[in-house]
Amino acid sequence: MSENGKIRAIVATDCGSTTTKAILIKLVDGEYRLIVRGEAPTTVEAPFEDVTRGVLNAIREVEELSGHEVLDGEKIIHPNDGDRGVDLYLSTSSAGGGLQMMVAGVVQSMTAESAQRAALGAGSIVMDVLASNDGRLPHQKIERIRHLRPDMILLSGGIDGGTITHVVELGQIIAAADPKPRLGTGYRLPVIYAGNVDARGEVENMLGDKTALSLVDNLRPILERENLGPARDKIHDLFMEHVMAQAPGYNKLMGWTDAPIMPTPGAVGSIIETIANRQGIEVVGVDIGGATTDVFSVFRKTFNRTVSANLGMSYSVSNVLAEAGIENVMRWVPFDLPELGVRNRIKNKMIRPTTVPQSLSDLKLEQAIAREALRLAFEQHKSFAVGLKGVQQERTISDAFSQSASGETLVNMMDLNLLVGSGGALSHAPRRQQAAMMLIDGFLPEGVTRLAVDSIFMMPQLGVLAEVHEKAATEVFEKDCLIHLGTLVAPVGTGPEGKPCVRIEVRLPDGTAVDEEIPFGNMRVYPLGVGETAELKATPARGFDVGAGPGKVVERKVAGGVVGLMIDARGRPFTLPTDEKARVAKLEKWAAAFDAYPAG
Amino acid sequence: MAHAYTPGLRVAELTVLRKERRLPIKGEVLVQKGDHVSSDTIVARTHLPGNVRLENVASRLGIPPEDLPSVMVKKEGDPIAKGEAIAQTKGFFGLFKSSVPSPCEGTVESISTVTGQVILREPPTPIQIDAYVDGVVVEVLEGEGVAVEMVGTFIQGIFGVGGERTGDIVVAVASPDEPLVAERIDASMKGKIVVGGSHVTWDGLQKAMEVEAAGVVVGGFDDPDLRRLLGKDLGVAITGHEDLKTTLVLTEGFGEIAMAGGTFDLLKKREGRKASINGATQIRAGVIRPEIVVPIPEERDSVREEGSGHVMGLESGSLIRVIREPHFGHLGTVTDLPNELQMMESESMVRVLKVRFEDGSESLLPRANVEMIEK
Repeated sequence: MSENGKIRAIVATDCGSTTTKAILIKLVDGEYRLIVRGEAPTTVEAPFEDVTRGVLNAIREVEELSGHEVLDGEKIIHPNDGDRGVDLYLSTSSAGGGLQMMVAGVVQSMTAESAQRAALGAGSIVMDVLASNDGRLPHQKIERIRHLRPDMILLSGGIDGGTITHVVELGQIIAAADPKPRLGTGYRLPVIYAGNVDARGEVENMLGDKTALSLVDNLRPILERENLGPARDKIHDLFMEHVMAQAPGYNKLMGWTDAPIMPTPGAVGSIIETIANRQGIEVVGVDIGGATTDVFSVFRKTFNRTVSANLGMSYSVSNVLAEAGIENVMRWVPFDLPELGVRNRIKNKMIRPTTVPQSLSDLKLEQAIAREALRLAFEQHKSFAVGLKGVQQERTISDAFSQSASGETLVNMMDLNLLVGSGGALSHAPRRQQAAMMLIDGFLPEGVTRLAVDSIFMMPQLGVLAEVHEKAATEVFEKDCLIHLGTLVAPVGTGPEGKPCVRIEVRLPDGTAVDEEIPFGNMRVYPLGVGETAELKATPARGFDVGAGPGKVVERKVAGGVVGLMIDARGRPFTLPTDEKARVAKLEKWAAAFDAYPAG
Repeated sequence: MAHAYTPGLRVAELTVLRKERRLPIKGEVLVQKGDHVSSDTIVARTHLPGNVRLENVASRLGIPPEDLPSVMVKKEGDPIAKGEAIAQTKGFFGLFKSSVPSPCEGTVESISTVTGQVILREPPTPIQIDAYVDGVVVEVLEGEGVAVEMVGTFIQGIFGVGGERTGDIVVAVASPDEPLVAERIDASMKGKIVVGGSHVTWDGLQKAMEVEAAGVVVGGFDDPDLRRLLGKDLGVAITGHEDLKTTLVLTEGFGEIAMAGGTFDLLKKREGRKASINGATQIRAGVIRPEIVVPIPEERDSVREEGSGHVMGLESGSLIRVIREPHFGHLGTVTDLPNELQMMESESMVRVLKVRFEDGSESLLPRANVEMIEK
């Protein structure tokens, strides 16, 4: 690979479960910019069963659209010499069902939870969490391991120097299950041990012969501190060496890339964490994919990621319906559709996951499902993104064992500064207003929050690029990746329909002075473009709060975007009218306020 | 976009098909290369390791874990009978002995002086796999299974439920757009694979199950009926393990959609022949589609090799099926593949193709919303 300074052209791909996306980045006038993107269906399926086919198709589209030659037949031209070739080729992947793991720890709310955080942070789907105190009998745990056939197991438990009995017991359970990996029978299942260092010998005795065992530093060396880095890094290594090597075509793809292939969610997480740290803000990011929905957050400097493994817009679309219930999906649809038709349509999307909505009604239905997928995924995230449990100094370990209540959630919507959406449903929505409304309805932000989308869904590629060339990744991220939708003001509280909710005073860049009392139950959008800012004064009515406390004025500079300055005076908690006619009228009124859909 | 490609479902009148029949774990292959096998021939067998039982012997006897070896009467690897003592304390002068009986038949797998646990393994359970199709063993995968090759008709469905079944094909409707209703099904269809048209009604499927039909192959099925059949809302399309007497294969999708004419005609042509079907569907990586396989060994010499000419691009003249509203289920011929992105009613900018439907009308459709009909 060339040195950083000499890198002039980069191609990065993300092999998703549905589509493979390629981007071309070039050094233009001393800074890195996105040139074009291309995409093609992912080809892990028959008849190809070779992921590189989709990668080549996506890169060919990049070539056609940019005129920059990247391929020589089926080879990537290395290095760049002006209009030909690239200096770096990188890739992320979530195809093949992503990385599916089981994690185990002694205490469910402590080491098992830390292990889960490490696995999720590395970009995996956690199929199950085993813990000594999870209430299941040993044979039930063994059955579960055999049944699930994970790609990898992360075993933790015990602080360094503590008791080893429980963690050895967990090791025995894994050994007795003699787990077989999901893909292929010709290799041993990777198991990572990241628990009490004193138990390493015992763990090696039990698992050394039966599994591909790796030992890393304890992920919870003392109760008060997590040390997730070594376990996370090992997961990435093993993902490459063992799991990806088994998926169709990946061996070939691994030979093409200049840096290890990263699991897609791991890459998205790394770029989100970078934004939060660089700007010192509280961020929530969401990536709504075909099979899964990932939520990332950084609150109080703590990064969390959750994967809702079966909430997605294609492969898992039917599961959104099953989990949310048809009434919850249909409440967002502003017209009458018979239940049979809706159910059949959704099932047809599930069995043919790569189709796109052609008619407006199909688009509205798909966006209704997306709202519910976002809502459910965020609910799961809030209950997981909590402070470390079991760290109270006054308590003894036995108290901590019995501590079943979940810790305090770190997610505070009023403190949230930036909400970033990505994934096809949000990034490819025909109008940005639709993406804004899906984010607002799915997440229900409170107070003052900036909204953005990943314009062309390239956070994964930028995440992996950041690992090898941070300058290029951050430059493209700032200039070409995020599309700012604008700033949302959403008062917390409820009141009677039509009564005052919030008074908005703002001078817009075109000189217009806005001074409007927004009645409860309404939405408004004021023009405030990309790169523009305005001084906002929001005066909530009695009982409403926009961040400074009930009835207290908030004055601050707000940033614009492609949608503008958005006011959501529908209240929090948010409810929709139960009366059919009133509900449809409301949905239409809000959509009209945002100019979300074409007339008719 | 020379490589733009929308994989479709295969409908092949005559092809060479190779089926790998693998054991979940290593075992013994019972047939040899060159053997002629029928669908029910057992080709390989093995034993799944038995269930595991954990007994905390140390705590049951009230001794520290490190003392466990001194009380064990069985060693690692020893066979045990249910109720037989696996450990016993010495007691006082041979009196007041306590023992721990084995909760199951099996073997002692391990004894831990750290946890005080003894792991017992129950006897293994035998499993075997059959050939699934009538054909010839062309490869023996040592210790794992075999590859069986056959010549015949191969039809992929889009979705199915239920596992592998065999039976003779019987066509129960007059045309591909006729629904399969209960009145069309009778007791003579026991053990048969019943072909319907546009969809199967709930009553129709119930009747097929009642007469113990081996399978039902139709264009469509309603989702609420699927929910009744499975007893739950199917969230993710991973099927095949349902405990159903009758396997269901859909060729088109959910709702009432006429079976593609070519598929229906082919099934009609094969009426009376023995077929193997499998409803197993997995729409994820390593996709699995349901299938209907009809061996026709006498055509061995008149067939090209499997897969030849099968991978081709979408081009002018390609036969396609629309797989999304508003023309869902319609068949047509591609007349043009414009390069420029075009705006749909939904305002999505997509790559499109122009299609002429069977009634002569034309339409612009997103390329993503059609699939090729593959021969």
